[in-house]
Amino acid sequence: MLLKILFRNSFRRPLRTALTVFGICVAILAFGLLRTVIDAWHAGVEASSAYRLVTRNAISLVFSLPLSYKEKIRGVEGVTSVSVMNWFGGIYIDEKNFFANFAVEPKSFLNLYPEYLLTSEEEEAFFRDRRGCVAGRRLADRFGWRIGDSITLQGTIFPGDWEFVLRGIYRGRDSTVDENQFFFHWDYLNESIKKRHSSLADQVGIYVFGISDPDQAAQVANAVDALFKNSFAETLTETEKAFQMGFIALTQAILTAVRLVSLVVIAIILAVVANTMAMSVRERMGEYAVFKTLGFGGMFLGAVILGEALWLTLMGGILGIVLTFPAARFFGDAVGNYFPVFIVSRDTILMDLLAVFVVGFLAAVVPVWRAVTVPIAEGLRRIG
Amino acid sequence: MSQPAIIVRISELCKSYRRGAQIVPVLRDIHLAIREGEFLALMGPSGSGKSTLLNLIAGLDRADQGMVHVGGVDITELSEGELAAWRSLHVGFIFQFYNLIPVLTALENVELPLLLSGLSRKARKEHALTALHLVNLEDRMHHRPSELSGGQQQRVAIARAVVTDPTILVADEPTGDLDRASAEDVLRLMEQFSRDLNKTIIMVTHDPRAARRAKTLKYLDKGLLTDAPEDSLSEFV
Repeated sequence: MLLKILFRNSFRRPLRTALTVFGICVAILAFGLLRTVIDAWHAGVEASSAYRLVTRNAISLVFSLPLSYKEKIRGVEGVTSVSVMNWFGGIYIDEKNFFANFAVEPKSFLNLYPEYLLTSEEEEAFFRDRRGCVAGRRLADRFGWRIGDSITLQGTIFPGDWEFVLRGIYRGRDSTVDENQFFFHWDYLNESIKKRHSSLADQVGIYVFGISDPDQAAQVANAVDALFKNSFAETLTETEKAFQMGFIALTQAILTAVRLVSLVVIAIILAVVANTMAMSVRERMGEYAVFKTLGFGGMFLGAVILGEALWLTLMGGILGIVLTFPAARFFGDAVGNYFPVFIVSRDTILMDLLAVFVVGFLAAVVPVWRAVTVPIAEGLRRIG
Repeated sequence: MSQPAIIVRISELCKSYRRGAQIVPVLRDIHLAIREGEFLALMGPSGSGKSTLLNLIAGLDRADQGMVHVGGVDITELSEGELAAWRSLHVGFIFQFYNLIPVLTALENVELPLLLSGLSRKARKEHALTALHLVNLEDRMHHRPSELSGGQQQRVAIARAVVTDPTILVADEPTGDLDRASAEDVLRLMEQFSRDLNKTIIMVTHDPRAARRAKTLKYLDKGLLTDAPEDSLSEFV
């Protein structure tokens, strides 16, 4: 009977209910998308491995490190393999076609990053061709690249036109792997620099190296940095996660703003549902007095009102959550250049549900209190 | 033949309301005894305290002082929770505006008070059907209040009031919102419950025709309870 009353009450004013449910749906959809934007921002951090450390110039990422450090790092206890990497910053045809492109050591790089999947034929072809490159599946789809295509990037850090041959299209091991990147031979870059600006040759942007035990990450990082202390290029070694977090920190203000907006959205839903419940309870004060007259207590009234508020928020919330997936797909396609990994996470859904329940509960608090505390005689006077 | 037992005994009952800084006395030193099976009508001008007295007898409001014994229980001593439980067992309510729950059918409205009785769903339904049969509305049991006439709604309300077999029935202007024919139906039912089922009924009314159906008539004026003056009904005859 309680459920019957609760459900039927929620549809007594169909237009009001529909508008409230629609409002909750839109708010949960917006909340879910904003949370997904935050997740997308952290995608690099989430994808980082505890088995990888990154060494960069201690002064700034802008400054490079000598290639000679490679063997010294390899000699540190606990280091399993070392790879070098340079941010290339090349432009494909037009600046608006932005994507991340790196010069890497193919073998050690793919060894360190098993999440990038290539067929053995593609791997071999990439290793063999010094002008060879590999691109992520989404990036290749975006520009219609096929294996064997010639791709020319305009260098920004390293001026001139740089020609590559696409030797492989990698897939991510799972949906959290960025498939919008472009990798080519570091040797090709270095040799070309030697010819053009020999003083800039044999310089590495960052070293990425594997470690055998993530619990020893701090000790290994300290040991690496100690090697180059007081040298002309001191190093800063950190976990890949910390390295990625460094980029996030640069945009912390934006992230904080997005988080605040998502909370404002929740506050708006709360206002919408609270208003609906307040109106409904005010209209039904006489009925609640009748329930009390018949002997029903505050628990029953609380259950009727709270149940209705939760039912309303749940209807809107579930609808909003269901719509978040296609909306995120659409949004992800539209802004794929900036957010290569734009996936609605399980945590986002859990936060949506938590928001739904919290809003439903809070929206019912005052109406329940009013319905329970209004004297029966006063409540009955509201009828007629 | 011995007289029926006294089922409601009120003594030294006072009640006042606060209006801003002013205290307005509504009931003053009320003494009243109602016997089992009695059909009592309370009359008086508006604001005389009739509904307040009815609310105090039914445990809907609290007295400032005095005692209200119903079925041997001093209800002024009960906590809010105890009073709610007591009401659910011992009092049947009939209101002027029927006060049915609009989202429930006639049958569900009648079944409502039985939810607190601990009866099984089947037993509750059987009791509710019996009560609807008493008011001759079984054929409308699946109708919602909005699909019933005023008289039918009041009959459903009466079925709801009697379904728990309460100690007393309290009715606040039960015919106040009905046409003459429907009012007649309702009064006939109340008479029938009093006569055939020995139900104690306390009815507040402005309607002299309704009052004349009661066995006892009491008159309230300016918070004082008296026997009805001889001419209190004459002007309507």
